[in-house]
Amino acid sequence: MSASRLQERSRLLQAVRSFFFSQGYIEVDTPIRLPIPLPEAHIKPFFSEGWFLHSSPEQCMKRLLARGCTQLFQICHCFRKEEVGRYHQTEFTMLEWYCAGWSYRELMEECEEFLRQLVRAVPGLPGIKDAHSLQWQGRTIPLAPPWQRITVAEAFHAYADMTVAQALATDMFDEVLVTRIEPHLGWDTPVFLYDYPVELGSLARRKQGNDSVAERFELYIGGIEIANGFSELIDPEEQRRRFAAEMNKAQELGNPYPELPEKFLADLANIGDTAGIALGLDRLFMFLLGCASVAEAMSMIFEEL
Amino acid sequence: MYSASDLRKGLKVQIDGEPYIVIDFEFSKPGKGQALYRTKMRSMISGNQLVNTYRSNDKFEKPDLEERTMQFLYSQDDEYHFMDTSSYEQIFLTRDQLGHNLNYLIDNMEVQVLFFGDRAIDVSLPTFVNLEVTVADPWVKGDTSGTDTKPVTVETGYVLQVPPFVEVGDRIQIDTRSGDYITRVKD
Repeated sequence: MSASRLQERSRLLQAVRSFFFSQGYIEVDTPIRLPIPLPEAHIKPFFSEGWFLHSSPEQCMKRLLARGCTQLFQICHCFRKEEVGRYHQTEFTMLEWYCAGWSYRELMEECEEFLRQLVRAVPGLPGIKDAHSLQWQGRTIPLAPPWQRITVAEAFHAYADMTVAQALATDMFDEVLVTRIEPHLGWDTPVFLYDYPVELGSLARRKQGNDSVAERFELYIGGIEIANGFSELIDPEEQRRRFAAEMNKAQELGNPYPELPEKFLADLANIGDTAGIALGLDRLFMFLLGCASVAEAMSMIFEEL
Repeated sequence: MYSASDLRKGLKVQIDGEPYIVIDFEFSKPGKGQALYRTKMRSMISGNQLVNTYRSNDKFEKPDLEERTMQFLYSQDDEYHFMDTSSYEQIFLTRDQLGHNLNYLIDNMEVQVLFFGDRAIDVSLPTFVNLEVTVADPWVKGDTSGTDTKPVTVETGYVLQVPPFVEVGDRIQIDTRSGDYITRVKD
């Protein structure tokens, strides 16, 4: 990354922190090397002397919530094996935050406010068209709220030739999402895709009145996923069952997780209703800096080392 | 064996017994979802394109490909005979297999032949070849017709546009990728 772009990235980092401080959050920096990761069927962690490099700071941040913290944010590097592409790097910067007392709905509104304030705080970047819109791949994406909200079921109905149930039964959910649905999302405004099948949100709370979906959302801009948030699952027993299902899936994929994170499960009992979100900061900066890939928005990538 | 995570532009893999080269590649992974490797490949034999989405557990055979330096010996009917410069083994390729390469191929030229197993499937010529001009209109000095090129024929029968000063008997350098005239050469 060039010196001038590094300066822009630095301004962005500062503006991100300013936003969260202004909203009453405290910044934390938790360990990135953990003895037991949270089971995720489709994430392969890097080993480190028998421990693991974290794939997100979720485990430690939730354990801090159990100590009575109410508003936390963290900017940290995360690691996911074998994920390299235009919008992926094995090591990348995550912005993750939690707010006690909230559900995913309040979190969606905060995303709207966050991005609008960020764009105003750092004017003049190549990806920022004006105080109210981004420009991406030759198109203007307005940021005025409310942003579009569409359920996963609605999105399948609108863009795919099968239902969510059919896609899950044939193991086509991800493929249909990526090839048929995602390209449409987030052009007229950023879009929240929400209410995922419960089996695809192992750390998210079931929706009241509709047991089959979890209160989970993904934020899309210009066809690209930026963030994943949810109302946190805080029932240790249900979390234990969901982890077991996730570990089975991982096992089938030849990617076994060693054991359950018992300390995490124990702490879960001490957390009240909370919403949390993980946002790929390099991807967001890619938009704002007008880059074509996440690599261009990062200070350095592994290939330069 | 390659696994899906090895896929990238330019990788050569074997599918259904045929060698393919990856010509377009995109890694996708929806949040919390599985890794998807969206791939466009071209058969190195038929040229047919294959568009597929692969997943982490998909595996690919490595195709048995080998490039050998061979010398062009002679042609007979539709068969063009080459000899391996280290093993002296001889093979032939057909007119179709050689395609546009025939525009530049002359006796004793050394070329790279790509083998898939025992089968020769492709030929790459040197990027620049020097060929003799066999047919050309004479250069009329002071010609003011305004044209800055003229067609000539080289020893292979190939016709191309060259500057007006090129004459019969000259040797000229040609770029085999584009077929264009580069310069007149003095041997």
